[in-house]
Amino acid sequence: MASPQPRIGVVMYPGSNDDHDALWALAALDAEAVPVWHEEAELPDLDAVVLPGGFSYGDYLRCGAIARFSPATAAVVRFAEAGGFVLGICNGFQILCEAGLLPGILLQNETLRFVCRDVGLRVERDDLPFTSRCTEGQRLVIPVKHGDGRWFAPPELVSELEANGQIVLRYTEPVNGSVGDVASVCNEAGTVMGLMPHPEHAVDPLLGSADGALILASLVESARERAVAAA
Amino acid sequence: MTTPGFKATVLVRPKPGILDPQGAAVETALEHLGFAVAGARVGKVIDLDVQAADAAEARTRVEEMCKRLLANPLIESYEIAVSG
Repeated sequence: MASPQPRIGVVMYPGSNDDHDALWALAALDAEAVPVWHEEAELPDLDAVVLPGGFSYGDYLRCGAIARFSPATAAVVRFAEAGGFVLGICNGFQILCEAGLLPGILLQNETLRFVCRDVGLRVERDDLPFTSRCTEGQRLVIPVKHGDGRWFAPPELVSELEANGQIVLRYTEPVNGSVGDVASVCNEAGTVMGLMPHPEHAVDPLLGSADGALILASLVESARERAVAAA
Repeated sequence: MTTPGFKATVLVRPKPGILDPQGAAVETALEHLGFAVAGARVGKVIDLDVQAADAAEARTRVEEMCKRLLANPLIESYEIAVSG
């Protein structure tokens, strides 16, 4: 019998502050949202994992540098290496880069200012577990709120990622000085994605935009297909 | 017998070519104060007390710390100094 609701974990680090928003949004999109404490060395039975936004472990040293070594992150790395779907939002994106699951790194914004506003995004790929509800070239409006969102990779790595189609979303306007206006990248297999904008803050039109729901509903749907296949 | 302690200092610098907005802000501030500077880069200093059998082992340990945590090779270079 197929499970009607996919189980999607949200890792809670000390300093995470969008964990409850992510749990709420996933539940609103008909997933069973499962909180995962950062000290858990084994993940429960999950169909996908979300690393939420915030300032894990104070973001000391470099953003995500310490969270990378937490027991739950090690479990998430194993989950990802086994082909599991992992989405990192903002600080989650930074953690995935530090953990080596995603290419590049997020640096301090070019302007040194914390940027907190709705931004335009262009969808570069619509064939990922995270973007299946979008269409290529579609313009989304999703808020960002970060001080360290300037994605950087050396030119040769950027060319490689472009050639592999690993750039998933780009800002349609200057936001933080990211190389190539990159807002989101994925791994080569397309099973792990990170993005600086916060889809969990844009799932209800009452809050200004529901475009974030396209990203999260894509993930819920992909996770549901996994759950059904595994049942 | 207790393991001897060594003082180690790690200097972490943004690699050449990496945009360092913090350094640029410091440069501008210095210029406003009337100092003639043609470039400022801001890095980090990490002072460590390391337990190791000798200075060479302490250096190896710190090298490992740099590779695993203290610096990100994509954007940062590091220098280690060890003293007894």
